[in-house]
Amino acid sequence: MKKRYTISVFTEDIVGLLNRVTIIFTRRKINIESIAASESEVENIHRYTIVITEEEDLVKKVVLQLEKQVEIIRAFYHLDEEIVYQEIALYKVHTAVLAAGKEAEKIVRAHYARVLSVESNFTVLEKTGHKEETQALFNELAPFGILEFVRSGRIAITKPMRTLTSIMDEMENQNKQN
Amino acid sequence: MENTELLNAVKMESKRNTKRMSGAQAVVQSIIDEGTNLMFGYPGGAIMPVYDALYDVEDQLTHVLTRHEQGAVHAAQGFARATGKVGVCMATSGPGATNLITGIADAQIDSTPLVCITGQVHSHLLGTDAFQETDVIGISMPVTKWNYQVTKAEEIPMAIAKAFYIARSGKPGPVLVDITKDAQFEMLDYEYKPFEGMRSYSPKYSLNLDQVKKAAELINSAKKPFVLFGQGVVLSNAEKEFKEFIEKSGIPSAWTIMGLSALDSNHYLNVGMLGMHGNYAPNKMTNECDVLIAVGMRFDDRVTGDLSRYAKQAKVIHLEIDPAEVDKNVKTDIAVLGDAKESLVALTELVNKKEHTNWLNEFRKLEQEEINTVINKELNPTVEELTMGEVIHTINKKTNGEAIVVTDVGQHQMVACRYAKFRNSRSLITSGGLGTMGFCLPAAIGAKMGAPNKQVIAVIGDGGFQMTIQELGTIFQSKTPVKIVVLNNEFLGMVRQWQELFFEKRYASTTMINPDFQTIVKGYGIEAKKVTERKDLDAAVREMLDHEGAYFLEVKVGKENNVFPMIPTGASVSEIRLK
Repeated sequence: MKKRYTISVFTEDIVGLLNRVTIIFTRRKINIESIAASESEVENIHRYTIVITEEEDLVKKVVLQLEKQVEIIRAFYHLDEEIVYQEIALYKVHTAVLAAGKEAEKIVRAHYARVLSVESNFTVLEKTGHKEETQALFNELAPFGILEFVRSGRIAITKPMRTLTSIMDEMENQNKQN
Repeated sequence: MENTELLNAVKMESKRNTKRMSGAQAVVQSIIDEGTNLMFGYPGGAIMPVYDALYDVEDQLTHVLTRHEQGAVHAAQGFARATGKVGVCMATSGPGATNLITGIADAQIDSTPLVCITGQVHSHLLGTDAFQETDVIGISMPVTKWNYQVTKAEEIPMAIAKAFYIARSGKPGPVLVDITKDAQFEMLDYEYKPFEGMRSYSPKYSLNLDQVKKAAELINSAKKPFVLFGQGVVLSNAEKEFKEFIEKSGIPSAWTIMGLSALDSNHYLNVGMLGMHGNYAPNKMTNECDVLIAVGMRFDDRVTGDLSRYAKQAKVIHLEIDPAEVDKNVKTDIAVLGDAKESLVALTELVNKKEHTNWLNEFRKLEQEEINTVINKELNPTVEELTMGEVIHTINKKTNGEAIVVTDVGQHQMVACRYAKFRNSRSLITSGGLGTMGFCLPAAIGAKMGAPNKQVIAVIGDGGFQMTIQELGTIFQSKTPVKIVVLNNEFLGMVRQWQELFFEKRYASTTMINPDFQTIVKGYGIEAKKVTERKDLDAAVREMLDHEGAYFLEVKVGKENNVFPMIPTGASVSEIRLK
């Protein structure tokens, strides 16, 4: 059965590596639902967070293919319940919409959205949450007219208490033995 | 103050070990320092400084000028496959680089260690659609084990050392280093330092002895064990250890075409070739055995046929260096990750000495069936037309299995793999995974240069021959004594066979109206002969092998002969057809 998996890929900080990562998905025609790249807790190690919906068997193979790349340190996959994850969405609406009446204000309050910027002609709202939550705000604001919308890729922290440093120590021992 | 003095002393010391040179000179020096004395390539604008540097070191590093960059990369592959060393090739930017791609893809899927060096436009022109600029890093990414773009001369020694390390370690593969022209001109202080590994890359796994023990127990309890072996045995130089393993455990063993020649063709436990056009017995018995032991092979679809009906009755043991291959196609019961040599040594120690005489006899019975229905007709035909098989058979008789046979892709390839006999490893060089027509001629040049004391015979179809026919020029110029056998059926034979069997004989674009190969080859100063009748074959092969230089033998074979046995696409290995 297809499920939503979050893949965390830990890599060296090297130009072009993202391309090597995405190729592994595209050659199997797997749609990347979201992708986010950033530093990790260890210096010079980057992490990509990639979300796909596929069968576990395929996800496992993809993760092994990722780990096969010489500059990828490790890759892991998790179900939603095994991670803590978050996304951020920004919404640009006419300021007039918010000024006009209570309706839009109610929606903003109900969703605990933040106002980031107010200009005379537009206002930018921000909401962090799961995709379903940011989408819900989008759906409710839509009738009032959304001028611009953007949602970040998912970022995720895993629940298991294994640190990247301990994983890297294991790898180093492995390499020493050879 | 003291610290500054110390620092200066250290600086002076390190200066003493370095040599001031250009990036281009560093490229060449790095290749030499990695132990390479032969490379293949084709010059052009963006790689000219490196060619200029080569001019000064011709006594240490021979550069073979091919007639096309594809020829250079295939020659490097042939060299690597024959010797086990890293093959090196070089090309200029743009079209030079893109012409390497087919060979790189071939090397990637067949795990051949290659270092490919490409010139690139000046770094300030990157991304501007400059003359002969192409994003070779982007293009080659899916087909390289690793690639890297150098824009500064000081990166060169490290980049080349790393390239060689990655190409040859673990599961070998092709790497590409792209070097901008300004980096080739820039000066640096050169010092050779071998690359010693990186934290993100574990070339091989340390052996898990528990898994080895489990595998041994399963093998010891098996009534009908069956070994499948592939190129992993060759790549880890484990031919001897493999033989010891099967001889002790008494297990019949079959090979993939990439594993061919790792075990003597006449070994009593060698039961033949797996896969689509392989032998009858090993394919049938795959679905009869109780324990299947795969050694350094990856269950390619051409080997397995329909996976849902592949060895379902058997417990599967997989000895494999690449974790991504385990469970990829066939679910494994016991995976032994690691280098084949180490795994085999450990396993041999734990398996019981056994003979599986009755089980082996079952293979022999099926083999007899194949001899009666297929092999006799192919090797000792009674029809007028010559068969591809009898040409290979004639070569066998005269080389005693001591030659290196290089093949192209198609019917002749399957026939060569089926019937050529070998006594030494690394004697069959073919494009297995990618199936690259045009591979043979340049690969044979590389193989001959890598193994100059061996007879190297290139067996090619009339189609594939014309895909890289220009490399006759390389043979001519370098005076490389390869023996070329073109099996001419005036068809793209394998496609025609499929059209006959599965497309109602609609021969769309498979008929070849060929030029007079004799005239062409003679134009390159190569001795040539054509055989159209059986009575002339023996003497012609003899003459070819006795001839000192390169030799071209064209044999006219039956136009519409088919290769059998055959497992049609989508069928199970047990549904292999004898006709």
